[in-house]
Amino acid sequence: MNLDFSAEDNAFRLEARTFIAENYPKALREKQDRGETLSKEDHLSWHRILAKKGWSTPSWPVELGGTNWTPTQKYIWSEEQALADTIGILPFGVAMLAPVLYTFGTPEQKAKFLPDIRDGKIWWCQGYSEPGAGSDLANLKTKAERFTADDGKEYYLVNGQKTWTTLGQHADWGFFLVRTDPDAKPQAGISFLLIDMKSPGIEVRRITTLEGGHEVNDVFLDNVKVPVENRIFHENQGWTCAKALLAHERSGIAGVARSKRGLERIREMASTEMSDLDGTLLMDPFFRRKIAELEIDLTALEFTELRTLAGESSGKGPGPESSILKIKGTEIQQRLTELALEAAGHYGAPFLGEAGHNSGVGPLHALDTAGDYFNTRKTSIYGGSNEIQRNIIAKMVLGI
Amino acid sequence: MDFSFTDEQSMLRDTVASYLADNYSFDQRRAALKAEPGWRPDVWKAFADELGILGAAFSEEQGGLGGGYTENMVVMEELGKSLVVEPYLQTVVIGGGFLKHGKPAGADELIGKIIAGEAIIAFAYAEPQGRYNWADLKTSAKKDGSGYVLNGHKAVVIGAPYATHFIVTARTAGGQREAEGVSVFIVEKSAKGVTTRDYPTVDGFRASEVYFENVSVGAEALVGPEGQSLPLVEQVIDEAVGATCAEACGVLRRLHEGTLEYTKQRKQFGQPISSFQVLQHRMVDMFIQLEQSVSMTYMATIKLEDPAEERAKAVSAAKVQLGKACKFVGQNAIQLHGGMGMTDEMAIGHYFKRATMIEGAFGSTDHYLARYEALSLGKVA
Repeated sequence: MNLDFSAEDNAFRLEARTFIAENYPKALREKQDRGETLSKEDHLSWHRILAKKGWSTPSWPVELGGTNWTPTQKYIWSEEQALADTIGILPFGVAMLAPVLYTFGTPEQKAKFLPDIRDGKIWWCQGYSEPGAGSDLANLKTKAERFTADDGKEYYLVNGQKTWTTLGQHADWGFFLVRTDPDAKPQAGISFLLIDMKSPGIEVRRITTLEGGHEVNDVFLDNVKVPVENRIFHENQGWTCAKALLAHERSGIAGVARSKRGLERIREMASTEMSDLDGTLLMDPFFRRKIAELEIDLTALEFTELRTLAGESSGKGPGPESSILKIKGTEIQQRLTELALEAAGHYGAPFLGEAGHNSGVGPLHALDTAGDYFNTRKTSIYGGSNEIQRNIIAKMVLGI
Repeated sequence: MDFSFTDEQSMLRDTVASYLADNYSFDQRRAALKAEPGWRPDVWKAFADELGILGAAFSEEQGGLGGGYTENMVVMEELGKSLVVEPYLQTVVIGGGFLKHGKPAGADELIGKIIAGEAIIAFAYAEPQGRYNWADLKTSAKKDGSGYVLNGHKAVVIGAPYATHFIVTARTAGGQREAEGVSVFIVEKSAKGVTTRDYPTVDGFRASEVYFENVSVGAEALVGPEGQSLPLVEQVIDEAVGATCAEACGVLRRLHEGTLEYTKQRKQFGQPISSFQVLQHRMVDMFIQLEQSVSMTYMATIKLEDPAEERAKAVSAAKVQLGKACKFVGQNAIQLHGGMGMTDEMAIGHYFKRATMIEGAFGSTDHYLARYEALSLGKVA
């Protein structure tokens, strides 16, 4: 056991740092600093720059575009991105769909979709949850009926409603779980379909979240025609794909590097905000204790994640233990936003507004701290609520 | 010992509750907040004329109904249940408090206008650098002949866009954080040299940054003794905190009820999610927080009559309990609603936002815990 970085690791860190410094888009940085909503092009611009460098898909198999980095290098890369406050690469294509594709897809499907995912050419969204299928995902009702069309080809006719589709307003394609056998047991009758979001019969409708933003959507499917060759894996065995995807979704969810940067930001904030007594908030015994506790919890999470990564590198996939990372990671993200709002004091109250038109009221670091706090409540709900994660650990790890 | 309400107090509660049930639905509120002016003068007028509640907490000699802290508590809890943004707290509790205790010249006349719904007060006390230290004042009031000239910047003044008068804390003497030299003034919003930058708050109120630039006021604008008014400020803020605790009880009740109702009708895995024990226990803990909060609000309301130190201890303890409850009940209400709790469309998120802002109102939970600690255990040497 050791925590040393090798000379190669240090060289890699320098390379990563320099690359970000020299290539991160300036316009994107300025928009982030002003707290503006990012456009589709903003999100994809950084993805494309990374793709050119060959760094957009570090975790993929090497022959498909993976970087073959060691767990230490992956760790360094996520740290450097967080330190530089870059936006993250959207997970839908790269982290969620791609592992399903390269594990279960046909050679044609891989060839058709993986390069565009890697290069950031198309925007993917997820069609999993439904109004009646949240935690109980297998209860989904969106149905897909197979038929032969006039062109002699086989299609699915898809009807139903998906919800909580993150950034679906920008999506070119979506991966959907649909019911192909209504008579089978819930998990047994589900298939995994790729659907072109420009297909006739698809309507994406905005859901405004409580802090006022537009991040999630309802997706209505009304007689949407989907070619049968867009199904991944066997008919009625989509649940196998879904489970694999959820495990991947959870393993990236700890967000340790981002939380470390978040904590640093709170320290900076607390060192300029004054406390009620003489001195800064950072010297306030109550507040500094909360920072210290959070740092300790974050360290525990970090080393739990490193142990998990080490396990993965020795050939074990992300297992049910990754639920620990999801629970603790999201709790820490939420506590960070609580501390930021608390540090903001009176200036936590102003509403930023969608266009950021109230920026300039109060200090910059207080801007939208309440909005962040409200929005971050979602993290213990999405990706399998933290209650469901505890069920998974109880059942799969503890065997009870 | 008696925790029951008089017939008049129960009637007051029923009057407010039934008016709000008929006139202040979630949709009506939402529509009003989105439009200008961002509040409902018609509701305020109804409070004054139709319901007559704006005088409930003033003495009969002042034209009121002879009530006090308990009446404010009763009204505020009902306002909390409907997330009312109209400025009862600022006008009746805070404005009324300063006028009653500070007894400035013209107090009775202004109280008359408050009761009639004609005067609306906003409290300009916080400053960008001051956090929750009410003596930390850069705003100055310099003696000028018989009157004063005010200069300074007040932060996040809730209700300022719809106010007719500001109650302003300013320094007439002493250093920036000294207790000595704190004075209080009533300034008409229309006074020359007063400017505002208006904006909505995350919980649906309107607020302003308020700037005073060489604002001249007469001697009659002074509320309480010149330079010796920090105790007065503390008393009125304690009363405001007591009233805010009552509002919070209303908010917490709705958060708890709404969650209970939702989990009974929301089905997953073939059964209502309220049948899962882990969620049952969570809702029991929410309920316990609510009950403890109501208890502490009663305690604090009763002790608002006590000498300064007892009052401060009671109010601080209540605010700590309410702050914790707002966080726990609010966060879990969202969690148990799942994705639906995250939407702007459902009322529950709006109650959560108000609960969150109450946590920090007039000082954070930590602020009041520290204040309680010092009062109960003594200052650390």
